[in-house]
Amino acid sequence: MPETASMIKEATREITLGEAVREALAEEMRRDPRVLVMGEDVAEAGTAFKVLNGLVNEFGPERVLDTPISEAGFTGIAVGAAMTGLRPVVDIMFGDFIGLTMDQMVNQAAKVHYMSGGKWKVPMVMRATLGATRRSAAQHSQSLHAWMCHVPGLKVVLPSTPYDAKGLLKSAIRDDNPVVFFEDKMMFRMKGPVPTEEYTIPLGAADIKRAGDDITIVATSSMVQVALGAAKLLEEYEISAEVIDPRTLWPLDEKTLIESARKTSRVIVVDEGYGRYGATSELASVIAEGAFFDLEAPVKRMGAMHVPIPFSPPLEDATVPTEKAVFEAAKALLGK
Amino acid sequence: MSTVAVPHSPVPNSQSPELERGLRMYRRMLMIRLFEEQVNDLYTRALMPGLAHLYIGEEAVAVGVCEALTREDYITSTHRGHGHCIAKGAALDRMFAELLGKEAGYCKGKGGSMHIADPDTGNLGANAIVGGSAGIATGAAFAAKRLGNGRVCVCFFGEGALGQGVLYEVMNMAALWKLPVIYLCENNLYNEYTHYSDTTAGDILTRARGFGLPAESVDGQDARAVYAAAKQAVDHARQGAGPAFLLANTYRFHGHHVGDVSRDYYRSKQEEQRWKAERDPLKVLEDWLAEQGVPPANFDSMRAEVQTEVDQAVQFAIAAPYPAADKVDQDVYA
Repeated sequence: MPETASMIKEATREITLGEAVREALAEEMRRDPRVLVMGEDVAEAGTAFKVLNGLVNEFGPERVLDTPISEAGFTGIAVGAAMTGLRPVVDIMFGDFIGLTMDQMVNQAAKVHYMSGGKWKVPMVMRATLGATRRSAAQHSQSLHAWMCHVPGLKVVLPSTPYDAKGLLKSAIRDDNPVVFFEDKMMFRMKGPVPTEEYTIPLGAADIKRAGDDITIVATSSMVQVALGAAKLLEEYEISAEVIDPRTLWPLDEKTLIESARKTSRVIVVDEGYGRYGATSELASVIAEGAFFDLEAPVKRMGAMHVPIPFSPPLEDATVPTEKAVFEAAKALLGK
Repeated sequence: MSTVAVPHSPVPNSQSPELERGLRMYRRMLMIRLFEEQVNDLYTRALMPGLAHLYIGEEAVAVGVCEALTREDYITSTHRGHGHCIAKGAALDRMFAELLGKEAGYCKGKGGSMHIADPDTGNLGANAIVGGSAGIATGAAFAAKRLGNGRVCVCFFGEGALGQGVLYEVMNMAALWKLPVIYLCENNLYNEYTHYSDTTAGDILTRARGFGLPAESVDGQDARAVYAAAKQAVDHARQGAGPAFLLANTYRFHGHHVGDVSRDYYRSKQEEQRWKAERDPLKVLEDWLAEQGVPPANFDSMRAEVQTEVDQAVQFAIAAPYPAADKVDQDVYA
């Protein structure tokens, strides 16, 4: 049974998602001397988002290592270091920059284990960001996680709460495979309950964020909050929405998604990546294949508009799914 | 499953370490040469699937460099990688098995000619993306330094990789962090079908020196010269003094791959003939060994022994079974 926030014991405080990420890193670095963090401005600066503030004070600049602005180079170094005894966590400041690392991730990290007949392993984590509405324009706002999901050999994690972020990142660091961990920039300051005692969350276990009977909303990362907001609006119409967060897009907990779809018979999938050929397409297909005879309507996909993310605030806001839009889509699916 | 043990040829006189090394390198170069000739034969007889990029003509580079390494040291290799793997100690039977896509191959048939990897000999893997292993090699050196295990890593790449930006990114970091990595550029003059002078501006060594790396060029047809230069760079790296860059000037006797037979449009037959006649690395080393008193009969017997080893290895590979179809989705994740 997947661990959920509802199972959190009493010794819990509220911390931000950024703090949860930092705690996960610090705990794993204490536990395992092979773990190190590398990236641009990760040490004294604590990253551009200040997520790693103070980490260098405890672990020193050798284990919280500032690199040149060379995403491909330091990602490649992490791949080689992971193969030969370290467990690097690389920090990609903006997820848009994963384009610079693609050969290292797609042709190297993802394939080393398979191409070597299982002999070499690449236990590394790439932390990257996603998410629009920060007024950062087309090269600092994209959600490109679907690219990574497309490649066998990589695992892809998208936490939606501080609790999930901490438990999933610890599992990602302990995993013997290259794991790409996407954090929504807009969620770093979002608070949530996190226990003081240690825990991990397995990769590949979806979480039911809200139980319901009439419609299933599958959502990832910050879209989980959007889905929960929409579910609340739907309550007023006496529509009971179930919100499911896959938490990891690969491995994917297909069973939980399909079971919910079969129960409610109507499904919306919401993700901040581009809709076309995106995560929503894959999730919708999995659900359609698995629950076809129980569905009352086609699975509805909601992703980012197929445009480069614009700068101007009203334009940018129009590109991403909102509570209101999900609410309206749900009503339409139910014929209300 | 290992290379068939073949007794070494009788050796002349009392052996100086230098002569012993020369004989050892000669034998290893011969293994590569005869292995590659067998690959050429397998390929042209349509027994080998896929592509084959032969290392013939460049044997002195891999062997001279690996002579300066321990078994625990790391290498990364290229699409033209058979020579590097053999020089680092790979067994010929498992090499052939991999080239034929057999379960007994180094990568269970999943890698093939361009991806041979072997932790037992420190081979991090051949890489079919030009310049693709620069990051991995530098990362292995990074880990070696952090773990204090005294290993160094040699990153083999062709001069074509000089066009890839990631090479300069990692050289910069290797210099900043004094990593024990040697960037070994094999200039065989041709980026696939294009002469390197059409693709490479300025001076190659100056590029490395710009990062503060010691950089020098060496005659890549002379195994002893390659060894001497590599030894110096390896010692330098192992002592903690940081990375180095070596440019080995060499020549690809065959085409870019086995199917590249009509080469007149990018290089002349005369040029090829001149290199083969005057600059064959086996001949260069053989001449030196002969000067040291190794009798001609010894080369003949060594060749016969290595040929037997190659023959037995290829027979092993041909007889070996393919992987079962259900292995296809194994080893995707650790």
